[in-house]
Amino acid sequence: MNELMRKLLFLPEQGSAYATEVDRLHFFVITVTMVSAVAVAVVALAFFVKYKRRSERQTTPHVEPKAIHEVLFIAVPLTFFLLWFAIGFPLFVKLQTPPKDAMDVYVQGKKWMWKFAYPGGPSGVDVLRVPAGRPVRLLITSRDVIHSFYVPDFRLKQDAVPGRYSQTWFTASAPGRHQVLCAEYCGIGHSAMLAEIIAMEPAQYDAWLAETRRSTVATAQDSPEDRVDPRTSLSEQGRLLSGEYGCFKCHTVDGTRHIGPTWLDLYRKAEPLQDGKSVVADEAYLTESMMDPAAKIVAGYQNVMPTYQGRVPGPEIAAIVEFIRSLRTDAVRPEPSKGPVYVPVPGYDPTSAR
Amino acid sequence: MSQSLATTPPAPADAPAYNPRNYLNAEAGIASWLLTRDHKRIAVMYLVVTTLSFALGGFYAMLIRIELLTPGPTIMSAMSYNRMFTLHGVVMIFLFMIPAIPGVFGNFFLPLMLGARDVAFPRLNLLSLYLYAIGAAIAVYGMIHGGADTGWTFYTPYSTTTVTKVVPILLGAFVLGFSSILTGLNFIVTTHTLRAPGMSWMRMPLFVWSIYATSVIQILATPVLGITLLLVAFEHAFGWGIFDPARGGDPILFQHLFWFYSHPAVYIMVLPAMAVMSEVIQASARKNIFGYKAVAFSSLGIAFVGFFTWGHHLFTSGQSTLDAGIFGVLSMFVGIFTAIKVFNWTATLYEGAVKFTTWFAYFCGFLFFLVFGGMTGIALATVSLDIHWQDTYFVVAHFHFIMVGSVIMAWLAALHYWWPKMFGRLYPEGWGLVSAVLIILGFNATFIPQFLLGNYGMPRRYYSYPERFWPLNVASTAGASLLAFGFTIILVYLAISLRWGKVAGPNPWGSRGFEWDTLSPPPTENFLENPVYTRGPHDYTEAPEGAEVTHAT
Amino acid sequence: MQPESYVAHHYPNLRQQEHAARLGMWLFLATEILLFAGLFTGYSVYRFLYAETFAQASEHLSVAAGTINTVVLITSSLSVALAHHLVQHGRGKAAALSLLVTLGFALVFLAIKAWEWTHDFHEGLLPGRFFTNAELTSTGAPMFFTVYFLMTGLHGLHVVIGMTVLAILMVLCWRGAYDHGYTTPVELGGMYWHLVDLIWIFLYPLLYLI
Ligand SMILES: [Cu+2]
Ligand SMILES: [Cu+2]
Repeated sequence: MNELMRKLLFLPEQGSAYATEVDRLHFFVITVTMVSAVAVAVVALAFFVKYKRRSERQTTPHVEPKAIHEVLFIAVPLTFFLLWFAIGFPLFVKLQTPPKDAMDVYVQGKKWMWKFAYPGGPSGVDVLRVPAGRPVRLLITSRDVIHSFYVPDFRLKQDAVPGRYSQTWFTASAPGRHQVLCAEYCGIGHSAMLAEIIAMEPAQYDAWLAETRRSTVATAQDSPEDRVDPRTSLSEQGRLLSGEYGCFKCHTVDGTRHIGPTWLDLYRKAEPLQDGKSVVADEAYLTESMMDPAAKIVAGYQNVMPTYQGRVPGPEIAAIVEFIRSLRTDAVRPEPSKGPVYVPVPGYDPTSAR
Repeated sequence: MSQSLATTPPAPADAPAYNPRNYLNAEAGIASWLLTRDHKRIAVMYLVVTTLSFALGGFYAMLIRIELLTPGPTIMSAMSYNRMFTLHGVVMIFLFMIPAIPGVFGNFFLPLMLGARDVAFPRLNLLSLYLYAIGAAIAVYGMIHGGADTGWTFYTPYSTTTVTKVVPILLGAFVLGFSSILTGLNFIVTTHTLRAPGMSWMRMPLFVWSIYATSVIQILATPVLGITLLLVAFEHAFGWGIFDPARGGDPILFQHLFWFYSHPAVYIMVLPAMAVMSEVIQASARKNIFGYKAVAFSSLGIAFVGFFTWGHHLFTSGQSTLDAGIFGVLSMFVGIFTAIKVFNWTATLYEGAVKFTTWFAYFCGFLFFLVFGGMTGIALATVSLDIHWQDTYFVVAHFHFIMVGSVIMAWLAALHYWWPKMFGRLYPEGWGLVSAVLIILGFNATFIPQFLLGNYGMPRRYYSYPERFWPLNVASTAGASLLAFGFTIILVYLAISLRWGKVAGPNPWGSRGFEWDTLSPPPTENFLENPVYTRGPHDYTEAPEGAEVTHAT
Repeated sequence: MQPESYVAHHYPNLRQQEHAARLGMWLFLATEILLFAGLFTGYSVYRFLYAETFAQASEHLSVAAGTINTVVLITSSLSVALAHHLVQHGRGKAAALSLLVTLGFALVFLAIKAWEWTHDFHEGLLPGRFFTNAELTSTGAPMFFTVYFLMTGLHGLHVVIGMTVLAILMVLCWRGAYDHGYTTPVELGGMYWHLVDLIWIFLYPLLYLI
């Protein structure tokens, strides 16, 4: 029954116990809605057939309702509405109160990616690994505009608001992959702001975490298929890798000026250099800047970037360059916008967030 | 001649079928229209401008649907798409749905139903129209020079940092707000001071009650939107930081202020639709409404409770659990008031004499959209369900059902029901029914897939989407083209009927609504003599006059 | 001219027309109050968030200037009421003079306000990103001045609009347009001015005192 209703209503898979409970209420509500809509339609149809107009001069009696009619009109729907609320609200309260033993993950939305950080490391972009069967609490914020962390499989959504932390939690019921989408409109990359939650066997997860904490980069080089989905495109892989190598600490992808030049529309752009010359940011220049950042510094920026010579294998450089190439906007933008950089409100304790 | 007649002679029964000296031809020339103070002429001008706006908004809608025909880019870039859905929302809400029914039918029929010769402040009424034109002009200027890409909700801090032309759009909406306020003010004062002798509050047509409730919301909510939009424009232009988290501002404050207006704004749009339908159902069933008081006071109830539900738009924004619970329950009470109306309308058919016309077809469509849209609204107010649906296509489909569906049904029903009164000629009934069926089917075909898309987890304002959402999007686009086709038919036959339509006579439907007591089209002074009312509206215990003179076919 | 000749064609009598005008004005004033209500909400939210900073920042405003302005505006309300009283008794010229006095008070109000703003400007007590004052460093301080300038600015705009209305009424009164028993426009203009006054009475304690 559950499966049939779920398929009929196009609901995604139920990745958590909470999803199953919410769906049950959903089915109840939709059934009552259908039944009452049909009932109204049937009554209307019956009246229409029975009281069809017979002549153009036909008169009708003046009908006044009895008080009981109006009381019923109010009481019947109200009972159902309150019943739904009585079922639905406790579920919501449950979603608002993470269990004490939940593990924490910090989530930061940013145009247009999701960054995840475990207390004590590691951190990554667009892939969140969690152990199945254990509650996970997410502490969510945003670095620029409002985003919304949405996992359809968990029936879960929480806005990422700049300047404050909000929280939500889930327990993945079984190992598997679940898509994360951004539900609050945030600009041209809104619909591409996808991420993935990978629920693992708890034992496997613990092993992965321990291994990763020992040496992030080593793990990265040993088993690249672990970090990136082989099905994703090269530029997608580049995007994930850029997050892991910490490129986004200094470079933005939305045109905002940060410690380093933005990557948006960087490819094939003529960049003015400090010595007055200029250079076209092609593949060669981009690769050179990763290996020997001090060689050609763009005017107006400091020489602060470390070299990645020997730290990034060749295929991954290609992936990152491919990612930079893919960052093109068609926006009519005379110059890169210099939007403000958002920081959390001082004195605001994220752990005591509502 | 019965003594329950509302107007004094000449009785419509022996009046000319087409009133030769009417408001349309009383004066000639463009200036006589642009400087008129006649509420009926202002209504006709509103009809022209809101129809144009509807066409513009519909054009944007079609482009959106075509873009979503494939998962990836189809005909435009992400930036253009973001502008498209913003403009679609802004145009449809501020330029069409809010002014359409009050501006056109409220202006035309509120004085006629009260036995007044005009609205309380005719010059102010003309000013409202001009403010509408100015606001629309500013917004169109913004659209031509780049448009905005914020969505019609203008959420900060996105709206204050975007590089697009958001300021003219905001200022346009601000000016349109004032137009809406002045219209509402005019209607309230008219209802209080210009009721003809015998027109007690409990004899007022239900149309007037609903428009009155709408006006109250317009007056109380719109100023808050005005100042909020100004603040966003200020922030965008000068960076004073009122909603900017980097300067200690709170972006959620914007959402509270915005929805304090924009939730009641839903009722600014839906209550006039209910107003129309209360008239249409009585004329269709040829019976007085079942539960006059219940329907009248539920309008005021919606207006009142509607002010305390705005928080249901913030369930996922980090609102406290208690707030979410309170806003959830309060939102359900709005549903109760709507349920009262639905049941009373349906019960009106009981012991009636029902005839199926184009406008009754629209009533059926309306009832369906209202019940379904309303019930999905209650489901959304059930907090935990909303977490999954918030900001997905489910919400898009829900508000298109409850707002757009009901407003379009009511607008078309009103247009057909009152067309003979406004222009003295009949539309072709056969074509009317064909297009009504097309539009109701098309609307369902467009938005039922969107409900399912929302269930499936597709967020709104998505330029591209994962491939699993593809088939439902194709279905939705197909439905939208059906809709566009239906509207085109209506536009054509109504335009033709203006000149070549059959002469209607004063009361082709045999309606006992007060507006049918005067000639078609009405004379400039509305009534030939001062009306005195001795009965309530839609009293069908006696045979309606004029019914045998002409037959609508 | 008899009062009856002022009745528009769609009103049965002058009394009902005046009733409509008054009701319309009351409703309009309600919308004005709600326009400010948005700002008052913003003020309360930020006052709650940055309670101490707001208290400190408010000390940088001149309480003396605020108090004088309050007295000035209240007095001007009095002279508007007097003008209406005079015109009702057919003394149009005297009413015009009373309105002139009101306009004088309004100018004084604006002058003091301008002096305050100049002072704030020199001290760097400005909204948002323009804030440069070195004494106030906590997060909420620029927000106080954002709210302060928005509220006093919008109120100042209303003072200017009110002055325009009163100036027109003054000219009409002087010409004797209201000497024949029809004085509704003066009454409505006065109501608007009282509202401008009333809003200031709320702004004054919120911004200067607490
Ligand atoms: Cu986003
Ligand atoms: Cu709402």
